[in-house]
Parts: sequence; C-alpha cells; structure tokens
Amino acid sequence: MASRVEIINQGGFRSDGRRQFELRNIEIDLSQQGQADGSASVSHGLTQVIVSVFGPREAKIRSHTFHDRANLNVEVSVAAFSTGDRRKRSRGDKRLLEFAATVKSTFEPVVQTNLYPRSQIDIFIHVMQQDGGLLQAGINATTLALMNAGIPMVDFVCAITSGVHSTSPLLDLTTLEENDVPNMTLAMMPKTQKISLVTMETRLHVDRFSEIVKLATQAGLAIHREMKVAIIGRAKVLTESLESGNRQSGSGMEVEEKYE
Amino acid sequence: MVEITVLKRPRSEAVETQRKFFKKTARGKVIKVLRERYLRDDVSCGIKGCRECSTPDAEALPEQGDLNHPAFPKGHYILPDTNVFLAQMDLVESPLFNPPMILLQTVMEEVRHRSLPLYNRLKALSKMDEKKIWVFYNEYRSDTAVVRQPEETPNDRNDRGIRKATAWYNSHIKLTRPVVRGQAPPSIPKVVLLTEDAANRQKAESSGISTLSVRKYVESMSNSTQLLDLLASVSEEIEPTKASAGRQALYPEYLPTGTLMAGIKAGELHQGHFNANQYNYLEGSVAVPAFTKPILLIGRENMNRAVNGDIVVVEVFDEKEWKAPADEVIDQDSTLKNDDVEDSGDEGEDEDHQLTAAESKLSRSESRSSEKQPTGRIVGIIKRNWRAYVCHIDSTSLTSSNSTSLSQQTVFVTPVSRLLPRIRIRTRQAPSLIGQKILVTIDRWEVTSRYPEGHFVRALGKAESKEAEQESLLLEFEVPYRPFGKAILDCLPPQGDQWVVPPKSDTSPEWRGREDLRDLLICSIDPPGCQDIDDALHARRLPNGNIEAGVHIADVSHFVHPDTPMDSEAASRGTTVYLVDKRIDMLPALLGTNLCSLRPFVERLAFSAIWELTPEAEIVNVRFTKSVIASKAAFTYEEAQIRKDDPHQQDDLTASIRLLNSLALKLKAQRMAAGALNLASPEVKIHLDSAESSDPIDVEQKEMRETNSLVEEFMLLANISVAKKIEDTFPQTAVLRRHLPPPKTNFEKLQDILMKRKGLKLDVSSSGALAASLDLCLDPSEPAFNTLVRIMATRCMLSAEYFCSGSVGKDTFGHYGLASPIYTHFTSPIRRYADVLAHRQLSAAIGYTPLHPSLHSKSHVDRVLDVVNRRHRMAQMASRASVEFYVGLALKARNEKEQKTLEASGAGNKSKQAAVTEDAFVIRVFKNGVGVFVSKLGIEGLVMFKQETQFDADNYTITIPSADGNATISVFDKVTVRIEVEKDKNTQRGKVKMTLVKPIDSTNL
Repeated sequence: MASRVEIINQGGFRSDGRRQFELRNIEIDLSQQGQADGSASVSHGLTQVIVSVFGPREAKIRSHTFHDRANLNVEVSVAAFSTGDRRKRSRGDKRLLEFAATVKSTFEPVVQTNLYPRSQIDIFIHVMQQDGGLLQAGINATTLALMNAGIPMVDFVCAITSGVHSTSPLLDLTTLEENDVPNMTLAMMPKTQKISLVTMETRLHVDRFSEIVKLATQAGLAIHREMKVAIIGRAKVLTESLESGNRQSGSGMEVEEKYE
Repeated sequence: MVEITVLKRPRSEAVETQRKFFKKTARGKVIKVLRERYLRDDVSCGIKGCRECSTPDAEALPEQGDLNHPAFPKGHYILPDTNVFLAQMDLVESPLFNPPMILLQTVMEEVRHRSLPLYNRLKALSKMDEKKIWVFYNEYRSDTAVVRQPEETPNDRNDRGIRKATAWYNSHIKLTRPVVRGQAPPSIPKVVLLTEDAANRQKAESSGISTLSVRKYVESMSNSTQLLDLLASVSEEIEPTKASAGRQALYPEYLPTGTLMAGIKAGELHQGHFNANQYNYLEGSVAVPAFTKPILLIGRENMNRAVNGDIVVVEVFDEKEWKAPADEVIDQDSTLKNDDVEDSGDEGEDEDHQLTAAESKLSRSESRSSEKQPTGRIVGIIKRNWRAYVCHIDSTSLTSSNSTSLSQQTVFVTPVSRLLPRIRIRTRQAPSLIGQKILVTIDRWEVTSRYPEGHFVRALGKAESKEAEQESLLLEFEVPYRPFGKAILDCLPPQGDQWVVPPKSDTSPEWRGREDLRDLLICSIDPPGCQDIDDALHARRLPNGNIEAGVHIADVSHFVHPDTPMDSEAASRGTTVYLVDKRIDMLPALLGTNLCSLRPFVERLAFSAIWELTPEAEIVNVRFTKSVIASKAAFTYEEAQIRKDDPHQQDDLTASIRLLNSLALKLKAQRMAAGALNLASPEVKIHLDSAESSDPIDVEQKEMRETNSLVEEFMLLANISVAKKIEDTFPQTAVLRRHLPPPKTNFEKLQDILMKRKGLKLDVSSSGALAASLDLCLDPSEPAFNTLVRIMATRCMLSAEYFCSGSVGKDTFGHYGLASPIYTHFTSPIRRYADVLAHRQLSAAIGYTPLHPSLHSKSHVDRVLDVVNRRHRMAQMASRASVEFYVGLALKARNEKEQKTLEASGAGNKSKQAAVTEDAFVIRVFKNGVGVFVSKLGIEGLVMFKQETQFDADNYTITIPSADGNATISVFDKVTVRIEVEKDKNTQRGKVKMTLVKPIDSTNL
C-alpha cells in the first residue's frame, strides 16, 4: 500500500493536488452505445463507469414480475483491467452483488416503476476503471442512463463520497484516500434535497456525521449542476437531429428508392 | 457553507497530469498504478507582498530575503535540495542558521522516501516560528510541475524539478516587481539553489541559476565559525537516491540440518543457547561445554538472526581471529533512530558507521590477549524460542500518526527487554497504539531483512499504568496467571472454608497415623502481611537435658493428590510468583491462605520434622511424622525479635523462641565452619500508600534480623534432614536441589578488578576459602563495600537447581552456597511445587502413603523438575522486574514531591530540576559510560558520556575531561548520581536515567 503519501499535507493539498472541497474532473458522455435504450459513461477523475439501460420491457422471469410495477434489475461487471492488479471477478462476487443491491434500492423509490406494471428495467453497470468512489460513479451514471433511456424519474440522484481526515472533511476520495480515511457514500435528490442513500464500511465518529452529511449534500448539488448541463446538452443534440431528420426525411426516402 | 468546486482537467493535459508506474508487492506481484494530479495556479510563492500570490503575513518570507550574506547584497532566499537535508540536518536545525528558506515539495517527498525520521524532523522544523521556511508545492503548480522523461531516473527528474522551481522563483520575483517609470528599479533578491551534487550545480549554472554548495554558503556567512562545526563531513558527492534495487541478502543462509547435526557430532560445530548482550546490541554469546568461556558473536552478521533464547549452532573461528568483548555500550534505540522501516534491504549509513566504529574499537582491544574469547558465528538454528514479546510502538517510524487513519502501516516496535531486536510489524491501528504496551510475536526473519517481522497480538493498556505493567511483566516472564479453572477448583474439599480438622477419633481418615501435637507451643514467624504460612516451629527442653526442636510444615500433600487437575496445574505453575502488589498463586487461595496455611489458634494438618538436639546443636536423632498442630501465635520477624529481646517476657512461648534462637546461632556457626557462603543480593522493600491505590511511597532496604536467621537455620536443617531421608529411600528418583560450584573462570574478572583496584585477593578454590576471603574484603572507610563485593561475587556463580537424584552423578549433589552435601526443598509446599514432591516422597519414606507410580519414574521427575526450574527462574526475574518498576514509580513520586517543595520554597530557581540523588558504586566501566549500583534503591543503572573519554580497560578506569580538571572514575569508586525517570519520546516507555553529580557533573557530557 502506498503508505508513504500524506492525505492532507501542511499546505492543505491532497495527494493529487486538490484541496479539501474540490471534486475531481467529471466527464459525462451520453451518446448512444450499442443496442441500449439509454446509456451513460461517467468518469470522476480516474474512475470510469459505463451504464446501459434496457427497458422497460416485458419481464421474462415470472418471479421477477410484479403486477403493479416494473422490476429494476441491476447487474454489475468489473473489467479485469480496471484496477492495478489484473484480477477477474466472478459474477457471483458478494461485493458486486451488494453493490448491485445498493444501486437497486437507491433507484427503486426514484424511478416511477408504477407506470410500467409487469415489466422490467435492466441496468447494466460496467466498471472500466477504478480509483475510488465506485458507488458514486455507478449511481451518477445510472441516473443519467435512465434519463437517457427516457424512463420517468422523480428527480436526479447525485452521489458523492466523503471522508474525514483527523478533523478535516474531504470530498470525492481516491482509492488512496478511501483506504486511509473513514468514509461514506451519500446519494441525494437535488430538488427536494432528500437523501436516498447513506452507506459506510468504516467507522466514522458520530460527532462528525452531521457535518459530513451537510457537506456531502452541498457537493451533491455541485454534481447535479454538471449532470444537468450534460443532460440538457444531450437533449439539445437529440432535438436538433430530430428536426434535421424531419427536414431530411423526404430526401431519405428518395435514397431508399434509389437503392431499390 | 464552504465553496465546493469541480476541478476541470482537459484531456490534452493528461500527459502531464497522469502518471503511470509499476510496482512490485511484497509477494512479488507486479501492480500497475495510475495516478493523476491537478495542476493549479494558486500555489503561493510565500513571499511577503507578492502581487500575484496571497500569503498570510505571519508565515510569509521577508520581502527582501536575507540581506546579511556578503555574496548576495540584494538579498536572497535559499532553496536546498534533498541531499542537504539528508546530510546536514543538524546544520539546518541550528538556531543560528536562519536565512529564509524555500522548501520544495519535491524535496520533502524525497526526504520522506529516504528516511521517515528525518522527514518528521524536517516537518517539525518547517512549523517552527523561529525558522523562516516556506513550503512550496511545486509539483502542483502548473508552471513548475515536471514530468519524468523516458530514460530519466527518478533522481534526475527530481533534480530537474528543483532547478525548474528555482528558475521559476527567480523569474516570478522579477515579474512581480516590474520597473515603474520614475522610480528607482526595485532590488531583486535571488533564490539560491544549495546542493552538494556537483553535476546538479553545473546544470543549474548553465541555465543561469545561482547555486552554491552548503560549505561554500556557510563559509561566507557572518557566524560561519559556529556553523561550520555542525557541517557533517560528507564528501562532495553523495550517492544518489537509491532506486529500489533488488534486495540483497544481509545475512548468510543457515546450513542444512543434516550438516549441522553432522558438525555437532564431529565436534566442529557447537550447540547452545544464544544470549544477547544487554549493553551492546551488536554482541551476543553462546555458552557451550567445549569451551570454558562462552563463544562470542560480534556483529549482526555473525549473530545471524538469532534471538535471545534460541538454541543455535555456532562455528568457532580460528584462534587468530578470537576477540575480546567490546567495552562499550551500544544502544540500539539511539543508534538506529534514523533507520527506516520499509527499506530493510539496504544497510543504513548510520549503522554502517557505528558498526565499523564498534569494530575498530574491538580491534584496538585485541592487544589484550588474556581477555580473548572464542569467537564465532551462527550457522544454524536448532530451535527458535520465540514467544510473544511486550513492546512499544516506535512513533517515529509511523508514516501517519493521525488517529483517524486506517491505512496499513509498517512500523517498528521496540521490545521492553533490551535483549531483543526491534521488530517490524504491519498494522492498521498504529496511531491508536502509540503509548500503549502491546504484545507482538515474531513470525519470521528473512535473510534479506535486517529486522525480524512479526505481528500485533493485542494491546495490554497504557504504558506505565499499573495493570498494563503488571500484565506485561507476567507475560514477559511467561508466568501463567489465569484464574484457576473449574476442574481445578473442583479438587478442593467440598466444605470450602468451613473445613476443619475433625475431632480426634480412630475412624476419621484425617487422623489416621497422625500424631497429636496440638498441645505443643508452636508458633510461626514470617514477614509482615504473610498469608500463606507454610512453616511453624517449636522447641522444648527434654528431661535428659537435650532439646526437642520441631519444624512443622503445612501438609499440602493431604489436599493435593497426584494425577488430579489441581496437581497438574500446580506442576505447570511450578511456584507462586510474588510481585510487589500481587501474588500469583501456585495453589488456589482457599488452600494456600486458609486450609493449608498454619494460621494461629486453629487446628491444621502438618508434616513435622522433629529433632532431638544436644544443647550444642548436635543432632541426636530425627523423626518425621504427619501431625495435627494448633499454632499458638503468628509473629512477624520484628515482633518475634522484640519479644525475644524483652527481658520482661518470661512466658513459655518466648522461652521457646529463645531456645530456638540459641540453637540457630550454633547451627549457623557450624554451617559457616563447614564453608557456607554468606551471600548478598540487593533486596529492597517497597512501601505502598494503601492497599487499594498501592502507590509506592518509598523504598528502603530490607532489614535482616536475628529472627530471620532463626527461621532460616531451622528450614535449612529440615531440608537437609529430609533430603537425606528421601535420598536414602529413593536413590533413583528423590527430588533434590543442588548448587554446582562455579567454574573458576567466572571469577577471573572480579578477582582482577579487586586486585588492581583494591589490592585484595579473592580465593575461589572452595566455598569455604571464598567465604573467608569475602570476609576480608573490607574497606574501612566504606562499610557497604563488603556487601557490594558479595553481590558481585554472587553474580559470578551459577544458580541452584532442582534435580532428580538418579539423573546425575552422586558427587555433584552438593550445594555450594550452603556447603551441604545434600539438600532439597521441603519447607514451602504452598508456594513451591518441588516441595510438594518432596512431601510425597517423605510420606512414602515413612510408610504413611504408598509412593505414586509417577514418582518412581526418573524421566517423569526430570520432566517436572525442568519445568519447575524454569518457572522458578522466571518468577525470580518477574519479581525483580516488579520491584524495579515500583522503584521507578517511587522515584517519580519522590521527584514530584521534591519539585513541589522546591516550587513552594521559592520560584527563583525554576531552572533547577529537583531530582533524587543517591550514593552509588561503580560496578563496571565502559568505553563511553559507567555502570553503577545504587544500593539504597537496589537498582543498577548506566551513566553514559557523549564526550570523548579516556578509557583504560586494564585498570578499569575512565577519565572524563571537564572544564574544572579531569575526573577519573574507576570500578568500586563511590559516586553520587542523580536519578530521574524520563519517558522515551518515541515509545513512551519510562526509563531510569542516571547522571553523575559527583565527582563531576555529567549533565552536559
């Protein structure tokens, strides 16, 4: 382990040159990927996740069919090259199952599943690269992919990891920091500022907790701004191409005819 | 609410901001690591009044830099590179050296990689108010960040980064102070790169950066004379940062077991226990039967990863290469304090230096051929004796001491015992363990690792808290201290403490074959507060003019039967352990302090030895019998003494004490005439505040009274008589105790010292001769001198041991110290297991009970006695260590008290530290210190001198130069020492520190 790195040095810099409340670079790509109904690729710094959403479509398995709502089916796969040591994770990996269950329970109250009875929505999360904040990237990408697929949702879900080093809170942790610092991941809905997920695997002092939650909520709003820009940008591209498609539809017919 | 921002990092920047490298884990797996960094423009330059950067005024460097250096009249800042801090830390730390300094992040990180302790010093330094140091995070500023080029070594990259930062600083200062029309051009201070690396200087100069070596820089400073002394004498070139080169083996591999066995059989190799030297961690010895002197092992390599107590195989060098032990104290804590935990592979420079220094000293002492010892090296280990060790965490080896840190760290732990090397462990809870006593076991010691590797077992509690200290003592000396289990308690009589001796009747099993001695005037004499009374005495005149004397011992074997859980537990405990504030019982308390204990006014079962003695204390006859007694009184030594001396006391009990005393005096005289030794050991008594708090108040030497000797004489008599009896009946399996005569060579050093320092001769040809010559070791001016010599003589001897009579030759049965041909332990069955065995054998010898089959087996008795011997030794060490701990506490309490009175008496001399001062004798002289013994406190200590001294090993003297004339100190000199208890800053371990007060004050030496 890279124990030789200070979490926050005297100058207030973190190991990658950020300060306490600075988030890593966020990149969002919402372009169409393969056959998916909606997809999103989100990266926070060196953590990258691609989510593909299929559905709502007819539920194939009876036990997964609910008469009054759609079933969310979340599956996670981690690329063997996503971490430093190349390692293949099986699909039955308990941590991945837990990860999937966390995402599922985060989105169940947000996605308006009651609009699609007897159907299922498949969410496939592909982890391409890992450097801390995996859950955060996964949730953010899922939000965007669901929206991209046109599935009605109550609100955005914006997730962020935060931790405490000594008494100073940190946002958006890298792997290095995650290994050292007690941390939690929080997902919030920006419109109502409700929290839809808080999860911790380490012990955090109870006195620090409320402070961190407040801070993470603020950070969620910052992430929300980025996501909103990306969604609006994507919508703009789509509507523009829709319009141009309408305009060109006549000529398109002609082309087809030509080939026939 | 704080401002939360998202940093944007364009794709195009990835080359500069992402870093990919491979690293190899401890298991040999290669891992790819990808890191990113965010470059920014808001990293402040730290100069006051800078137009572009904002810096809090309090921390900022002065606007004009330092104007005092003649080479830079317009002012300058210095920017040292890594090697300056690695080599010249003392200079940088000096309060006289304070030009404004820019400390680059690159430099800090390099120092951190090279040596954590140095890094911690540097970090502390940069926080100090007196120093003008600004840490510049050059790696995060977009103007100064550098990327490692292909084919570039990390060291070159860092050097380039340092040069780039220097160049940036110079241009930054120029840019932020533009020439304003109509005003004089602003004076531009320079940033000077300090480096010891000539190549780096050359490169810097070619790109127009002003640069100097540290020596050149200091030479032209105004206060250069004082500072030049602090310059470490390094050559111009320091070897570059070691890239993680392949780990090379630091130790030779062990030979294969087959070779070892063959070698031992052929007599070429020798097997023995490895003993580390407590004064010098680079030395150890192995006692083997083939040589009269133990084989000396010098240096880490020759000790080859042996840990104290291991059974090792040694190869002895040619006689030409034999050496004498070093006369120097080498403390591993202070020598290796800058050692780094993680790069175990490379030999630290410091240590190399020390090693060579130590060895050169050794070679100098080679001229003294008489002192030479067989010297060798360890070639194999037969058996590791590793166990859990009580340790402290070394706080300087921590990478992160933050209490919230959960990361795994590799840290050093220092065992409490000075005989053990530092151990490296990996833990996630290092920060919370600082200042605690922890238990660590060693797992392995690879050839490539300088230190053994272990793991954390559990925390014992805060250092210096009584509970933690007590538990750590018990663990350290392997005393079994868990409460007795149910199976064991089930062996106790069901009546519990209601148990009484039943009324006398022929049918009662308790009374079977027992003599009724309830009418005898029996009393017990013990130390105050004694609860487990296992012996009582009586004496009365017989009508024929002779005297009947009886020793009555608690009949433990009536309650503890062979082959019961209680018996096996007692056998494995071996002995009761007495700590200052706690007793770890061998037998459950119900037996030890109640049913077996010969308390007054109650009837108890006993095993009696009754002699008929002439008034001249000649034994007429002796008989042994199981009995029932009722003690009439339980005296302390003091009470008994007063009673005996009081002429008004004329009752029968007192008369019997007087009678016993008169016999004891004669018995003692007989023993002394036979050549028994009167030995001495430093024994002190701790006064505790109260039973609950048990805060020590004071320490005093134990007083010896006539009555002590009274009890002792009769116990010896009983033991000897019983030994004869059981040896007679069971010549093959009798449990006996012997004290082998010490080899003459053990005394050589003491004889030499006595001869040279005091002109006294010590005759060690026999115990009688030794006793006689010890009596002559007198210094009229110094009454305590005799005791000191006795203590030192005692240390030259072997320790007494239990043995099975059939296992050794009959001519080695003798007890050297008591000058008795045969001896056993019979008189304290409550607290010693050997006595229980002796009881069983005696009981069979008088036909009271048949002997249990296990006591007919030689191998069984041998095995049990091995355990008992070891437990006995450990118990002694544990109680000594306990006393030592309390002496430390008492000293601290006394120091605090004196400090208070000092403060109360006047605030004028606050600087004067109150401390306990005591008289002490010098018992050893080292090259750089003296070992002293404080008899009043019963403790030994070391006084170390940092300054150069003149050491005369042949005459055992050391001459310490000081301002008011040289002072010469030699062995047996009486000195005055100041004793303080100070805490080790790293490990929080309390240590007794002694400094000389008289003949000279060594505080500053």
